[in-house]
Amino acid sequence: MKEDHPLSVRSGPSTTNGDSPTAGNDRVTTRRDFLKCLIGFVPVVGLPILGLNLGALAATEKGREYDPAEHWYGMGIDVGLCIGCGRCVEACKEENNVPRDPYFFRTWVERYIKTPDGKMIVDSPNGGMNAFPPAGVSEQEILRTFYLPKLCNHCEKPPCVQVCPVGATFNTKDGVVLVDESYCIGCRYCIQACPYGARYLHPEKRVADKCTFCYHRITKGLRPACVEVCPTSARIFGETRRASTPLWRFVRTHEIHVLKPHLRTSPKVYYSDLDSEVR
Amino acid sequence: MPAQAKRLLLLFGLAAAVFVLIRHFAVPESFGRYGHYRAEAVNVVAGLAPRYAGHLVCGECHDDVVTVKRTSQHASVACEACHGPGLSHSEDPTEQNISIPAGRERCGYCHNYDATRPTGFPQIDPAQHGGDEACTSCHNPHQPKPGEGEELCGACHSEITRTLASGRHKNLDCHTCHGSGTEHTSAPDSVRPDVPGTREFCGQCHSEGASSPESVPRIDSSTHGEDYVCWQCHFSHLPEAGR
Repeated sequence: MKEDHPLSVRSGPSTTNGDSPTAGNDRVTTRRDFLKCLIGFVPVVGLPILGLNLGALAATEKGREYDPAEHWYGMGIDVGLCIGCGRCVEACKEENNVPRDPYFFRTWVERYIKTPDGKMIVDSPNGGMNAFPPAGVSEQEILRTFYLPKLCNHCEKPPCVQVCPVGATFNTKDGVVLVDESYCIGCRYCIQACPYGARYLHPEKRVADKCTFCYHRITKGLRPACVEVCPTSARIFGETRRASTPLWRFVRTHEIHVLKPHLRTSPKVYYSDLDSEVR
Repeated sequence: MPAQAKRLLLLFGLAAAVFVLIRHFAVPESFGRYGHYRAEAVNVVAGLAPRYAGHLVCGECHDDVVTVKRTSQHASVACEACHGPGLSHSEDPTEQNISIPAGRERCGYCHNYDATRPTGFPQIDPAQHGGDEACTSCHNPHQPKPGEGEELCGACHSEITRTLASGRHKNLDCHTCHGSGTEHTSAPDSVRPDVPGTREFCGQCHSEGASSPESVPRIDSSTHGEDYVCWQCHFSHLPEAGR
């Protein structure tokens, strides 16, 4: 088979025309030989290649197996677009069975009101889930005001993971900080360590709970629930390590800040045009 | 080797064996596969069931609504933002129904006035706007439109429209006297509506030579209240003759 392999015909010296071999060659390949080889070549080499291609085609049609190594997730928040309606807070609680009490949140919205004398008034009644009541500040006293959605920053270097004594919280390969509910001992170290206040102790399960970027959704190709329901597209979810994603376009075209950059946690929630008081 | 060393060695060996045995049972199998955690936990979290179907699913059955909504002001508002989680409904449409918001509360989450909301975002004062009517009795949430003329102004200035309706100027549109209407609605603070600045403006109907119907009261503007603009004495939203 190896002797008859058509590739050896092509690479062999001066076999430009199959039926007119040059003098001095000890091997002569006639057109007949060549065609015979071809008959053998097609089924032996061609069919497996075809098979492989069909297999690959079927795999893409089924939706490829999720590979965490291909992703590195982050979220963008367009501060100027947030209208403080609190739909994200409600959707998060619905999607993730977060207790309805007003002090357990995986994501929440804060209202900032800056007055001319430099005072910053911050409130977040029920995490902003029922929108915001009138501020109680007359409009003449408002220098700047905006809403700020907050959630776990899914830091690249998360302090919460560092302090966990049992390895119950961790950074996944796709850049999401998760909690292993069946391994957490409820010691609350991580809640204390998180500089963003993004964790709470689940009152029934008695384990630490936090935003997962809706890991059960994103691994199925869906968007996180908060992103899904945001009516003004103030939340942008996606890949941070690919150039052609909505998130990265948002990061490129806006002035981006992260929360508490001096702590060097490398947070992956990117805010646009943030007031210096918030940072 | 002395006997006591052997005994000690045996003891150490036994302790090591017990440690290995306990470790074998105490540490979960997948612990440490990717890092200092249980690798299986990732699958547990990833395996949870979603409740929100996502924006692409609804159109498969409700094509008519989605088509209308796509070109409306609510194009970017996902169905589930108002109707709540809909995955169970999409899987079993007959048994699992989806919620239809009623009343005035839910629309208000986005549209009640709050100074923090971006200027130009459509907002109303619920105390002034539309009485106790449900929002959907006037506005189609899938194709929302602001009111027109007096209705549009009444969204924020309902005391005025109510007063106006009970007075003699009730047939006048707000824009008859106030300009800059459409720009004011999108930027209420920076673009203020005009108010009539001259006596001649009111004189178009109320001066002696005006071409208005005869029932309209007339004055001689050369002798009547010459130091004032008309509306400073005659409140134009509920006009009355002076004494």
